Amino acid sequence: MRAVCWYGKEDLRVENVSDPAIINPRDAILKVTSGAICGSDLHLYNGYIPTMKKGDVLGHEFMGEIVDVGPEVKTLKPGDRVVSPFTISCGACFFCKHELWSLCDNSNPNAGLAEKMYGSLSGAGLFGYSHLYGGYSGGQAEYVRVPFADVGLAKVPEGLSDEQALFVGDILSTAYMAAENCQIQRGDTVAVWGCGPVGLLSIRCAQMLGAERVIAIDRVPERLHLAEQDGKTLVLDDSKTDILEELAELTGGLGPDACIDAVGMEAHGSIYDHVKQAVRLETDRPVALRQAIQACRKGGTVSIPGVYGGFIDKFPMGAAFAKGLTFKMGQTHVPRYMKMLLERISKGEIDPSFIITHRLPLDDAPQAYRVFRDKENECVKVVVKP
Amino acid sequence: MKVKTKARELSVEGVRKQDEHNRPGDTPLTGGIQLRRAVRILKPAEALYDFWHDFSNLPRIMPNLDDVRLLDSHHSRWQARVLDRTFTWDAELITDEPPHRLSWRSIENSDVENSGSVTFEQAPGDRGTDVKVVLTYNPPAGPAGQWLAKWLGEEPASQLAEDLRRFKQLMEAGEIPTNARRLDEIVHAHRREGVLR
Repeated sequence: MRAVCWYGKEDLRVENVSDPAIINPRDAILKVTSGAICGSDLHLYNGYIPTMKKGDVLGHEFMGEIVDVGPEVKTLKPGDRVVSPFTISCGACFFCKHELWSLCDNSNPNAGLAEKMYGSLSGAGLFGYSHLYGGYSGGQAEYVRVPFADVGLAKVPEGLSDEQALFVGDILSTAYMAAENCQIQRGDTVAVWGCGPVGLLSIRCAQMLGAERVIAIDRVPERLHLAEQDGKTLVLDDSKTDILEELAELTGGLGPDACIDAVGMEAHGSIYDHVKQAVRLETDRPVALRQAIQACRKGGTVSIPGVYGGFIDKFPMGAAFAKGLTFKMGQTHVPRYMKMLLERISKGEIDPSFIITHRLPLDDAPQAYRVFRDKENECVKVVVKP
Repeated sequence: MKVKTKARELSVEGVRKQDEHNRPGDTPLTGGIQLRRAVRILKPAEALYDFWHDFSNLPRIMPNLDDVRLLDSHHSRWQARVLDRTFTWDAELITDEPPHRLSWRSIENSDVENSGSVTFEQAPGDRGTDVKVVLTYNPPAGPAGQWLAKWLGEEPASQLAEDLRRFKQLMEAGEIPTNARRLDEIVHAHRREGVLR
């Protein structure tokens, strides 16, 4: 089958690789009808994520049709149209039983490696996201072997297009959990750093969860435009204004009740962080996170969909402590949200496809990564069709 | 029972095709090696005990073991392989307290003197079963000791951690995860625990 393969920093190639087949009894084989490139895929593209091997197949946002199932798959059959989460969860461990799906004990075959690196038990394996996270072959391909298929794969309701359904497997669920983690109360103002796909969807989800007002922060014109399209969201351009001053003014000096960092480890700006990264004293650039901490009101919540990988410097712990902030973060517990979100999309409460700006065949994926990363042609979200 | 002496890690080169036992720098082990590890499994002690009590199940979670056969209610024959060399030993069951404790020991004059124990205790708060394993190896002097060192690998403690990880995966999820795309890509082809047959 054809698949997008990683060969090094900024070196992706579409190649013929072996077709997946059932190995374990709870597997299913999916024929991919649509996939996407995620913002976190750019960390792989830019060489920030360790434990990649040449030939690794990328992609963790994908959906399609089941073509084969193992004997222990009971709720799905060939022909079913499903979306996959980006996480892989066994359904039987303590964490899965508590709906902490992205912290599954049993789905990472390289759990020992993660344990060595992070000093505690590994979380769930992910599709197409380095050997640290399991080394699974990803969804920017024609077929995928999906382990523990019953647990993750969600059937697509009749009448939804691929573009409407695809994002529940990652970014829409991620945005929803980010908004849910804000612990939104009636009357709250939520500020969102980053108007990429996750940020844009977080705005919608925060509104769905009852935020009185959402303020969105970015510097890319077409992204700010998409954010304010609903006529309700206030946008701030951080290349033109002082965000902290603006937020203070907009909230009577209080600061937003909750802040979402939808930027993560490759934030723009800060000579300090770039220099530290260059001399390997820091691995991540937490510029948006620091601002969120400074801006957040006393007793507020900072919600971090991320992604962060390593260490950060100059974390305003004193400010966070003095203000009594709550931090909620982590990889999305996707299966918690998928079915609910698919229903809401069916009912017309949200249509996430508005963020798609580029649709390309699989063979064009390598160039698309660059376009996405450099935000050329007003690129916001790329959908890939095998 | 031999007196347990302080464990010493052996530095062993990776496996190569030729010339295995005469590599300069290999030091034979002296003294005992003890490995211990705990894992919490969300299954009742009985189910875990039943699996372990039938020692012939162990190769499914310990790829280091080629085969374990039950000879009678108290004796088993164990076989392990390092490259082209096989070594075998018989073990006897010393303690059997279902469903909480098992211990076993290799009989006199075994290739590899070793013993092991496993306990299954209810985790606090009804959160499953805490499984604790202790394995002890008393390597012989000379080349056999070097083979043992190679068999145990560079990081014996990591081996045990992986073995117990597999035990937990098999007991909870019913399978041992793999990241291969297809069966014929699985490297250790002779170890297909939990795999579709």
